[in-house]
Amino acid sequence: MIAFLIKRLFHALLVMFVISIIAFSIQDNLGDPIQQMVGQSVPESEREALREQLGLNDPFLVQYLRFAKNAAQLDFGYSYIFNEPTTEVVLRHLPATLELVAATTLLIVLLSVPIGVYSAIRPRALLSRFFMGVSIVGISIPVFLTAIVLIQLFAIGVTWTPFPADTGWGSWLNDLITTDGGMPAYGRGDPVHVFGTWYTNFASTEGLVYLVLPAISLASIMLPLFIRLIRAEMLEVLQSEYVKFARAKGISLRRIYFLHALKNTMLPVITVGGVQIGTLVAYTILTETVFQWPGMGLMFLNAINRSDIPLIVTYLMIVGLIFVITNTLVDLIYGLVNPTVKLTGKPA
Amino acid sequence: MSLLEVNNLDVRFALRRGDVKALRDVSFTLDRGERLGIVGESGAGKSVAAFSLLNLIAKPGYIAGGSIRFDGQELNGMSDRALRRIRGNRISMIFQDPMMTLNPVLSIGEQMIECLKAHRRIGRREARAIALRKLEQVHIPSPEARLDQYPHELSGGMRQRVIIAIALLLDPDIIIADEPTTALDVTIQAEIMDLLLELCDKHNVGLILITHDLGVVSQVTQRMLVMYAGRVIEQGPTREIINDPQHPYTQGLMNALPQMATPGSRLNQIPGSMPSLDNLPSGCAFHPRCGFASRPDGSERAECRTRVPEFVASGNCQVACHMVAEMLDQQRIPAEETTR
Repeated sequence: MIAFLIKRLFHALLVMFVISIIAFSIQDNLGDPIQQMVGQSVPESEREALREQLGLNDPFLVQYLRFAKNAAQLDFGYSYIFNEPTTEVVLRHLPATLELVAATTLLIVLLSVPIGVYSAIRPRALLSRFFMGVSIVGISIPVFLTAIVLIQLFAIGVTWTPFPADTGWGSWLNDLITTDGGMPAYGRGDPVHVFGTWYTNFASTEGLVYLVLPAISLASIMLPLFIRLIRAEMLEVLQSEYVKFARAKGISLRRIYFLHALKNTMLPVITVGGVQIGTLVAYTILTETVFQWPGMGLMFLNAINRSDIPLIVTYLMIVGLIFVITNTLVDLIYGLVNPTVKLTGKPA
Repeated sequence: MSLLEVNNLDVRFALRRGDVKALRDVSFTLDRGERLGIVGESGAGKSVAAFSLLNLIAKPGYIAGGSIRFDGQELNGMSDRALRRIRGNRISMIFQDPMMTLNPVLSIGEQMIECLKAHRRIGRREARAIALRKLEQVHIPSPEARLDQYPHELSGGMRQRVIIAIALLLDPDIIIADEPTTALDVTIQAEIMDLLLELCDKHNVGLILITHDLGVVSQVTQRMLVMYAGRVIEQGPTREIINDPQHPYTQGLMNALPQMATPGSRLNQIPGSMPSLDNLPSGCAFHPRCGFASRPDGSERAECRTRVPEFVASGNCQVACHMVAEMLDQQRIPAEETTR
């Protein structure tokens, strides 16, 4: 176990090293930092002096080493937009994104497992077919469109009157398809302070209400994916000899479904899930933009728009770190669930 | 009355293009402590027969008719809840491939204890003690440690011992063993078979042994069924069938044994292959491959093609063959004439 963790630590360092080279190359090649810093009227001679002073004329390797040395101390320089250390900017935006991802993950786990299992146990049931149909639609619609439709339906509200309103059934049907709106869909409201830069939406009803629409639209692609994955895995497991043998032993169906089959079903799902949590962090860029959710995704998009290179680099490094951490956690969990995998430091 | 009486069992698979008859008119009995062999080529319906006894055939398969009487109870039509009390408890099964039969993510102990707890009101500790005793009975080294191990930590032979231990866990009346040694190394096949027989004898357990190994059947069982294309075509005392097979198909099987071939020449075989169940030949399903579908004088035996043969008694055996029936008739008529 400890050997495993040490090995993963080395992996993590290697991955971060590669990410840092890529991130630094961006810093080195994406436009001229001097142009971002000084006004139009500054003469070329002064620019050159500043360039020399900041060490921008040094060879790539020298610059990279300087960057790596600072990065090791979590110092990625100053953000041009915010005029403060980028790490502080990212730390301020991180909680909003992590909370959005956490709410979405919760939504996905709580819905995909029961729906996936149900539609595997009763593949011909009407409800299963309905779930399968809806999931195809969900996968096919891009996140930002889902978000906009959700905003129209539940934040703004729609009044439809295609049926004759003067008849009883007509107005009833009109009421049925008309939505009230009123759900918050801009920013994260008034989150409660926890400590440091951490403000949480989970501590108040109002905060949770603000999470609903962004979380649903962020989940709209991943949830159907997991429903289909769990269903497919479960269908396969239910065909296995050990499930047949468990039936021949006289074990109750409930125990077979939720212990024998589900535990085997979850093995590949955990692996895929770990990778997808990282992807989820990336998808937040779209969702946060549509909902103006003040998280890292929105911050990153603003940083790109305004060529805030140090902030872009910091974002890349932090997201890389999140990927590495979640993948290590997933491997740990996988090792706990699957007895055929031993967590060792040795290569498999 | 026998412990198990199967009468006219019909099993079908409901496919989109119509029902496929996987098992037709299968009848046999098993007494307490008796050993019955079911033999036939792949696809003859041996496994379907085994699984349908406890209504464990996978969908779209279903039991279309017939009766399965076990110890005075009718199993066909019994609710799943009631059947569950019999499965693993009074009738247990051993599957073909021990590498696939145990759940990879549950410990050996867990898989034994859950079976005990499903059928008896006992505590975990007590169940563990019984499981340990059964593992000792199947001669597994250091059984205590095995309980906490997972299937992948055991070899194939060890796993099949564990499965035999699970099958015996609740002292069943019958064990259905579906090719229990086929997937094992040749070197340990005999070992596992001996163990199974020894334990069945010791606890007076009836054994239904499904196999295509005629050698094993002849050594081990008292009675046997020969199946072809979903039907029983010959049944009776194993010794009589092995020594003097009546049905042309059984004769073909015996001839196909390597020891029946002349050294240096090709092995004998039955020409053709088993028909697929959704496209069975008319009449006797074996007639396209049968050397006796035409008489020695060259005339065709039309009823082989048109009518499904019924069982005729030949000695202590039952044979479903027109040719055998005709021969028996010819033997009987002259005998009657002489007495007149």
